[in-house]
Amino acid sequence: MADKYGVDVAEKEKVQYIVVSIGNEHYGLDISYVDNIVRMCKITRVPKAPFHYIGIINLRGEVVPLMSLRRKMKLDDDTFTDLSRIIILKTEEQGLVGVVVDEVKEVIALSPDEIDRNAKSSQPDKENYINGIGKNGDELISIFEISSILDEVEVS
Amino acid sequence: MDVSQYLDIFIDETNGHIQTLNDNIMILEKEPENKDVINEIFRAAHSLKGMAGTMGFKKMQRLTHDMENLFQEIRNDNIKVNSSLIDILFSCLDAIEEYLETVKATSGEGDNGNEALIQQLNDFIAAEEGKPQEAPAEAAGETKASEGEAKADSSEKKYLNIDVDDVSCSKMKEAEQSGLNIYGMTVHVQKDCLLKAARAFLVFKAVEDFGEILVYNPSSQDIEDEKFDLDFSLIISSSSELAPILEAVNSVSEIESVEAEKVSYSSYVETSAEVPAEKPKEETKPSAAEAPKKEKAPAPKNSGKSASNNKHSGTNKPVTARTVRVDIEKLDALMNQVSELIIAKNSLVSISDSEQDNEFNTQTFHDQIEYLERITTNLHESVMKVRMVPIESVVNKFPRMIRDLSRKLNKPMELYMSGEETELDRTVVDQIGDPLQHLLRNSADHGIESPEDRKKAGKLESGSIYLKAFQEGNNVIIEVRDDGAGIDTEKVKEKAVERGLVSEEQAANLSKKEIIDFLFMPSFSMAKTITDISGRGVGLDVVKSNIEALGGDVEVKSTMGVGTTFIVRLPLTLAIIQALMVEVRDEKYAIALGSIQNIENVSVNDIKYVQAEEVIHLRGMVIPLIRLDELLDSAPKEEEDENLTVVVVKKGDNYAGLVVDNLIGQQEIVIKSLGKCIDNNKIINGATILGDGEVALIIDVNAIF
Repeated sequence: MADKYGVDVAEKEKVQYIVVSIGNEHYGLDISYVDNIVRMCKITRVPKAPFHYIGIINLRGEVVPLMSLRRKMKLDDDTFTDLSRIIILKTEEQGLVGVVVDEVKEVIALSPDEIDRNAKSSQPDKENYINGIGKNGDELISIFEISSILDEVEVS
Repeated sequence: MDVSQYLDIFIDETNGHIQTLNDNIMILEKEPENKDVINEIFRAAHSLKGMAGTMGFKKMQRLTHDMENLFQEIRNDNIKVNSSLIDILFSCLDAIEEYLETVKATSGEGDNGNEALIQQLNDFIAAEEGKPQEAPAEAAGETKASEGEAKADSSEKKYLNIDVDDVSCSKMKEAEQSGLNIYGMTVHVQKDCLLKAARAFLVFKAVEDFGEILVYNPSSQDIEDEKFDLDFSLIISSSSELAPILEAVNSVSEIESVEAEKVSYSSYVETSAEVPAEKPKEETKPSAAEAPKKEKAPAPKNSGKSASNNKHSGTNKPVTARTVRVDIEKLDALMNQVSELIIAKNSLVSISDSEQDNEFNTQTFHDQIEYLERITTNLHESVMKVRMVPIESVVNKFPRMIRDLSRKLNKPMELYMSGEETELDRTVVDQIGDPLQHLLRNSADHGIESPEDRKKAGKLESGSIYLKAFQEGNNVIIEVRDDGAGIDTEKVKEKAVERGLVSEEQAANLSKKEIIDFLFMPSFSMAKTITDISGRGVGLDVVKSNIEALGGDVEVKSTMGVGTTFIVRLPLTLAIIQALMVEVRDEKYAIALGSIQNIENVSVNDIKYVQAEEVIHLRGMVIPLIRLDELLDSAPKEEEDENLTVVVVKKGDNYAGLVVDNLIGQQEIVIKSLGKCIDNNKIINGATILGDGEVALIIDVNAIF
């Protein structure tokens, strides 16, 4: 698995990212965390759950919690369209967690020197979840720090 | 082949034997003359020793061996049972249990030799026999071993008694003269070894890497034909040291143990004369040779037989597999139902295959579905039964614990247990031990008064603690009751005010139940002094959270001067439940059927108010109403209905009415966890997937109260 910080990767190995759009920005998710990408399905609301969890879904017989990245980053609430997808992330501590994105664009490979680790987001809330800005041609892609998206337990 | 596959069985059986010993020693304490009990103890100690030996746990084996010696003396009436003896025996059991824990965690027995205990044991034997204690601890064990098992001893040094013929004699002479070392070696094969000849062959191969085998006993032909019991002896000539040879032999699987030492040609020429003279020297040698060997950590092969101890220090994997012993009848029932299931499936297939779509087909189809439903229900029941184990395995250790506590606290008390045969899901049983232990300690320490106080209160001097388990609907209830002082609610109130948990005014208005609930707060302790038994304030809160984690709850009833009862309520099973599906707005929820009392249609006009809370008056009971839609933050309803559907649920003696929009029906549901992220939710204790793939949440009725 690629080093998630990518800082001290000696061999300039490329890491693959899934590029998604949320609002009009592009974000990259390290592909090694991605278990699955599924279409929107029926979401069951969970009362009293933390605000950024929209609910739970049935992923082939498993109950998987679903998180809204928009709510997490304090953006406008999700509007589900035909292009909306759920990306199922797999982590050691949390098991499977789904995140909702507006659209899945493509898969790209970035080498560490194509990622600017020093870039700071202007929004302090968002800053925590981004660990670098990737450059794919003209496009800028914010790379999510997946562990920080999932780890932090916020109570609404 | 690797002993680790037997480790689970070993742990399981050792647990059983420890329990037997514990129980029987308790009885022995009361009836020191009971021969049956002594015999039972002797048998258990013996099997314990045998198993430890087979698994290569030398230290454990030694301890059990010396215990067995002691029991032997007791059985022969050489030693009388007294309380100090019982104390030593109990500490030995604790030590064995400790070994077992270490084995469980690391697959090795650890480094604790328990020399002091062994010394104590032997002192005891020696003292009672009026015989001086011969040697310091380390040697004492050795000597005891040789004394206690004179028969085994002679067999252990078989290589000394090999009849050497002339040809071999001259070979040995030659080898010795050419400066090679001559070693005698006896290899013991495990009792359950299946391919003894193959093992022996591997030993020969291992040895031949180092030198030449001069003499076989029995002959090599007999060994190949498996014409030997559990050991065979060799005389080897080699230029190498002994240690590497031993190591190589020990690394062969299923070899119990190996003894070897340097021998000389001359000793075999005049065997009969030499042997007695040689003996004392040998006595020390093998143990010396063994000691450095034990320290050698690197295991050449993981499959290395445990006798070498290498394997255990080398691999450090925890033993996690959990097993359930299942009655074969339960499995048979399971098998039957599975075959029925297949039949049902087949008839469904044949219906779907047949082309006609007529009335008759639809009828059979429905019949089959019904049949299928019945089978799956039975199947579920059978599988649950397989997972169920009696709580006996957990509560059995408590009499011993109470005995120890009674001595430690200087308060005479007895534990009375009933309903040990009550069955619970294995996962629950595994985790219920600690909370129950806490509750019992609590009763012993805080509940039962000192004998003087009891006398003053007109009670029997000896306190009583009752542990009672029984099934109630879908729950199992475990009650821990004592006839002690009861909870002094005034004192608890004072303490709560003192700790700043409530203001004095608030405290005055608290109900008794609310006051008792303070006891379950973290770090709330009523003990004036901290003892090592309790009083640190980590207790009841842990009990509560442990039990809640299992989906159960704790309730306390207490009467000043009469006693306290802790009631632990646990769900029978964890995985599948019968539930009532209800609708709140457009969301579906499941309520466990076991907690539902009845369902009522209530007119809005019948709602009364008590302390500004909605209640209904139902057949003489006042039941608080809980609006599920408000509890679950559902969208508000536009129009209040004339009639409300109320699901009356109960928890113990408490009732509550849940207002729902719609009833869907009864359904068997599989409980799934919500995942860690959302799990901090009290009202919802899981989710289930419905037939149409939709996810419905399960309401935890216990959390509503």
